[in-house]
Amino acid sequence: MDKLSNVAAGVWALAVSPKQTLDTGPALSRYRAIALLPVMAALSGCNLVVLNPAGDVASQQGDLVVISTLLMLLIIVPVMALTVLFAWRYRQSNNTARYEPDWDHSTQLELVIWAAPLLIIICLGAITWVTTHKLDPYRPLDRIASDKPLPAGAKPLEVQVVALDWKWLFVYPEYGIASVNEMAAPVDRQIRFSLTASSVMNAFYVPALAGMIYTMPGMETKLHAVINEPGTYKGFSSNYSGAGFSHMRFNFLGLSNQDFDGWVSKVKSAGGSLDRNAYLALEKPSEAVPVQHFGTVDPKLFNAVVNLCVRPGTMCMSDMAAIDRAGGLNAGGKAAADAILRANTLAGFPDTQPTGLCTVAEAVEAAANSGAVQRPTVTPISASASPAGPQRLANP
Amino acid sequence: MLETLTTFLFGRLSLESFPYHEPIVVATFFAVLLGGIALVAALSYFKLWGYLWTEWFTTVDHKRIGIMYMILGLIMLLRGFADAIMMRAQQAIAFNGSEGYLNSHHFDQVFTAHGVIMIFFVAMPFVTGLMNYVVPLQIGARDVSFPFLNNFSFWMTVGGAVLIMASLFIGEFARTGWLAYPPLSGLEASPDVGVDYYIWALQVAGVGTTLSGINLICTIIKMRAPGMTMMKMPVFTWTSLCTNVLIVASFPILTAVLVLLSLDRYVGTHFFTSDMGGNPMMYVNLIWIWGHPEVYILILPCFGIFSEVTSTFTGKKLFGYTSMVYATVVITILSYLVWLHHFFTMGSGASVNSFFGITTMIISIPTGAKIFNWLFTMYRGRIRFELPMMWTIAFMLTFVIGGMTGVLLAVPPADFVLHNSLFLIAHFHNVIIGGVLFGLFAGIYYWWPKAFGFRLDPFWGKMSFWFWVIGFYFAFMPLYVLGLMGVTRRLRVFEDPSLQIWFQIAAFGAVLIALGIGSFLIQIAVSILKRKQLVDVSGDPWHGRTLEWATSSPPPGYNFAFTPVIHDNDAWWDMKKRGYARPLEGFRPIHMPSNTGAGIILAGISTALGFAMIWHIWWLAAVSFIGLLVVAIGHTFNYNRDFHIPVDEVVRTENERTRLLSGQV
Repeated sequence: MDKLSNVAAGVWALAVSPKQTLDTGPALSRYRAIALLPVMAALSGCNLVVLNPAGDVASQQGDLVVISTLLMLLIIVPVMALTVLFAWRYRQSNNTARYEPDWDHSTQLELVIWAAPLLIIICLGAITWVTTHKLDPYRPLDRIASDKPLPAGAKPLEVQVVALDWKWLFVYPEYGIASVNEMAAPVDRQIRFSLTASSVMNAFYVPALAGMIYTMPGMETKLHAVINEPGTYKGFSSNYSGAGFSHMRFNFLGLSNQDFDGWVSKVKSAGGSLDRNAYLALEKPSEAVPVQHFGTVDPKLFNAVVNLCVRPGTMCMSDMAAIDRAGGLNAGGKAAADAILRANTLAGFPDTQPTGLCTVAEAVEAAANSGAVQRPTVTPISASASPAGPQRLANP
Repeated sequence: MLETLTTFLFGRLSLESFPYHEPIVVATFFAVLLGGIALVAALSYFKLWGYLWTEWFTTVDHKRIGIMYMILGLIMLLRGFADAIMMRAQQAIAFNGSEGYLNSHHFDQVFTAHGVIMIFFVAMPFVTGLMNYVVPLQIGARDVSFPFLNNFSFWMTVGGAVLIMASLFIGEFARTGWLAYPPLSGLEASPDVGVDYYIWALQVAGVGTTLSGINLICTIIKMRAPGMTMMKMPVFTWTSLCTNVLIVASFPILTAVLVLLSLDRYVGTHFFTSDMGGNPMMYVNLIWIWGHPEVYILILPCFGIFSEVTSTFTGKKLFGYTSMVYATVVITILSYLVWLHHFFTMGSGASVNSFFGITTMIISIPTGAKIFNWLFTMYRGRIRFELPMMWTIAFMLTFVIGGMTGVLLAVPPADFVLHNSLFLIAHFHNVIIGGVLFGLFAGIYYWWPKAFGFRLDPFWGKMSFWFWVIGFYFAFMPLYVLGLMGVTRRLRVFEDPSLQIWFQIAAFGAVLIALGIGSFLIQIAVSILKRKQLVDVSGDPWHGRTLEWATSSPPPGYNFAFTPVIHDNDAWWDMKKRGYARPLEGFRPIHMPSNTGAGIILAGISTALGFAMIWHIWWLAAVSFIGLLVVAIGHTFNYNRDFHIPVDEVVRTENERTRLLSGQV
C-alpha cells in the first residue's frame, strides 16, 4: 500500500509540476521496478529494451510508458474488477441479488463516471504537454543523464543519416567520414541527427538510444539523443520500405572517447571516397549490405541529398523553391535565379550540365526566350538567394 | 504488329502475369477452381440460378441484402485469416538465418492484403450488413429510403472484393502496407499492378460504402415510426446514424486521395511524389483524416450492439441512455480531430503533437462513460449468460486493455518508442478484435434467430467463443511483449533468437483462433441441421426490448403489417408491458419496391472498368465506362419500380403467424 501511494505521489508530482518532470531518473526507475516486479518476473530472460534502454532520451520515454500505464490502471483495474463482480453477483441463478429492472438513471453516478476518466485525462494531458515539449526530438538536450548536466560549451556530435534502398548511410561532417550500416558515437556526448531518405520513407530507430523518427525523401528531420552506456545496440528501419526492408539493420556502437577516436581513425584509414558518383552508385537498391567505410566524404553531399540534386545537372529543390517564392520565372524570379546561379558557382555547385529544363542557367534562358509571361511580382527575395542551405521544405 | 495488337487487346496483361510458377498460388487456384466448379454444378443441378437471381441477387429487401453482406464478410474473413496465419507461420520460423517459406515478394503482399481485406471487406461488410438488417426493423420501417441504391451498394462492395481476389491469381497485390503510403506506392517504387489493384478495389467498394451511408442516414432521419423521436431511438440505431454520418463525411476523402494517387500513377502529376513540388506527407495526412474516423465507423455500431445485448440479457433498461447518446455523438465529432496521432514520429512540432495527443485522450472519456454505462446496466440486473452476453463480457474485459494501450500510444513521447512496433499491432488488434469482432459475434448470435427463425447451437457457439477469446490472448499478448523488446512490424526475418518463442506463442494463438472460426462454421452447419429443435416461433426469443422483436422471425417482406406507434425508449418492452394485442384484421395492401437487376449489372460493369484500368486495357475501360452511363441512364427510364402486396397475401402471412403463436401457447 505504501508503495502504491508512493507511485501515486510520484504521478501527482509529475502532473502538477513541470519542474519535477525534468528530473525523473532514479526515483522513477525505483517505482518502475517495484510496480513491474510481477511482470518482470514473468518476463525474466527477455530484454525489454524499450523499458530499460541505455540512452537517456529513450529512458525518459520508457519511464513515461510506465507512468502513463500506472495512471490508467487506476481506473482500468476497478472497471475490470467490477465487471467480473457484477457479472457474477447479478447472474440469473442468484436469486438473493437485488433486481431493479427499471433503474436506469442516477445523477450522482453519472457525474462520477464522466468525472473519473476526466480527472485521469487531465493528469495525463498535463504530463503529455510537458513531456512532449521536453522530449521533442528537435529540441537540443539539456542534460546528458538524470545526474549529469550538459557540459558547458560542449559541441554535439553531428551525424547526417540517409536511408537508402535498403541500407543506412551515416555521414560525420565534423570528421569528414562516412559509414554504411554501422554507426558509432561516444558515450555521454549529445548526438544531433539530421535525417533524410533517398527514395521512399523509412524510420530511424535505435530502441536503446531514443524514439524513432521518420526519414523522408526531399525532407529533413532532426533527432537529439545521447548514449550513456558503452555497448553494441541494434538499429533498423521501423517503417516498411520495400523488398529489402527486413535486412535494413545496423549496429549502433556506443564507445568510450578513446574507442570512438579509434573508430574514426579506422574509418579514415579505410580510404574510399564518398563523392557524388560514389553516392549515386551506393544509392542503387541492394539488400543485406555489409558494413562499408569511407575515409573522405563530399561535405555538400547531405545537403544535395535533401534537395534531390545529387545527380549533376539537377536543380536543387531549395533553388526551385526560391525561384517560385520570387514569383516564378518572371523578372523577380530571374533575378533570384541569377543570384542562385552565382552563389552556387561560388560555392562549388556549377550545376550547368544541360539536362532538360533542370539547371538554373537553362531555366533563366527559357524564361528569357519565352517572352516571359508577366505576372505580378511577389515580394523580392534576398536571403533565399544564398547558397542552398538545409531547407525544411515541408513542415515535418 | 502482333505485339501491338496484344498490347491493344490485353494492355499490360500477358501470360507472365499469371503466377503459374508459384506452387502455393497454383495450389490455391486449383482449390478455388474445384470449389467453384462444385458450387456452380450444385446450383445448376438443383436449378437454383433462377431462384438466386430473382430472390437474392436482384432483391431490394434490406433484410436479404443484409444477409448477403454477412456472407460476403464471412467469405472474406476466411481469406483475410489465411493471410494472417501465413504471416504468423513465417514469423515463427524465420530465425537463425532461415528465410522462412515466404520471400519478400509474397510476404509483403500478404500483410498488405490482410490489412486491406480485414478492414474493407470483412469488418465493413459485417457492420454494414448488421445495420442494413436491423435498423429498418428497429425503427419500424418497411425498407430503407432508397432500396435500389442499397442493392447497388452491396454489389459495388462485392466488386471491390472480386478485384482483390483477382489479384491473387492475375498479377499481384500491392506491397505497400494497407494504407499504401507514397512514395512507396508511387509509380517509381511500385510500377507493377499491385497498387492499381489496391486503388480500384477501394474505389469501387468505396462508392458502395458511401451510398449505403447516405441511404441509412436518410432511412433513420425520415422513416422512423410515428412517436419515435430522436431521443427514443434504440441505441443501436443511434450508433448506426453516427457511423453513417462518419461514412458520408470521411469516405469522400478516401476517394479523393486515391484519385490524386491515381493521377500521379496514370497521368504523371506530382501530388505525392518527392520532387516537382509534390509532398508525400500530404497523402499521409489525407488518408488518416479518412482512416481515423474509419475505426470509429467500425466500433460505434458495435457499441450499439453491446448496449442492446446488455440491456436485453440483464432484463433491465439501459443505464444512462442520454449520456450514452451524447457519448456517441461526442466520439463522432472528436474522431475528426485526432488523425495526426498516427504519425507523431514524422517530425511535427511539440505543440502540434501535444494537441493531437490530448484530443485523442479526450475520446477515452466518452468511451469510458460507455463502459461504465454497460457496467451499471448489469448492476442489479438478472444476467442471462447466453452467447451474446458472453461476448459482451469478454469485450468489456478485453477492450479496456486495448483502450488503455491506445491512450498510452497517444502520449507522443511514449509513441516515439512504440510507434510501428508490435505493441501497436497488438493494440489495434486488441480493439478491432476485442471490440469490433467480439461485437459482431454478439450481434450475429443476437439477431440470427430474428433473421432465420431458429437459434444457433449453443455448444459449438461456446467452443467458438472460448477458442476465439483464449486464442486472441495467446496471439496478441506476446506482441505487446515483443513491442516492448523493440520489435517492429512487417519484418519478414529476424536476427535475435530470443524473440522466437514469443512468435511461436502468437502462432499458437492464431491456431486457436482458426479452431474458433472452424467451430463457428460447424455451428452454423449443425444449427441448420438441427433447426427444428432450435426453432423459435415467438419472434422474440430473448425477451427483447426493441421493435425488431415485435414481428415474426424471419420477418415478412413488409416487416410490419401495421406501422407501430412508439411511446417509450424500449418500444417493444413498453408494448408488452401495456398488454399490446397483435391486430388480426383490417389489413390493407402494402406498397413495396420492386426488385431490379440494375444494381448487379452496374457493379459488374464497374468491376470490369476497374480491371481494365488496372491492366491498361483502354478499349475495355472506354467501353465499360460508356456501358455504365448507358445502363445508369437506362435505369432511370425503368418505371416498373414498385408494386402492392395484395391484401390476401398479407392476411395469409399474418394468419400463419397467428397460428404459430397460438400453437406455441
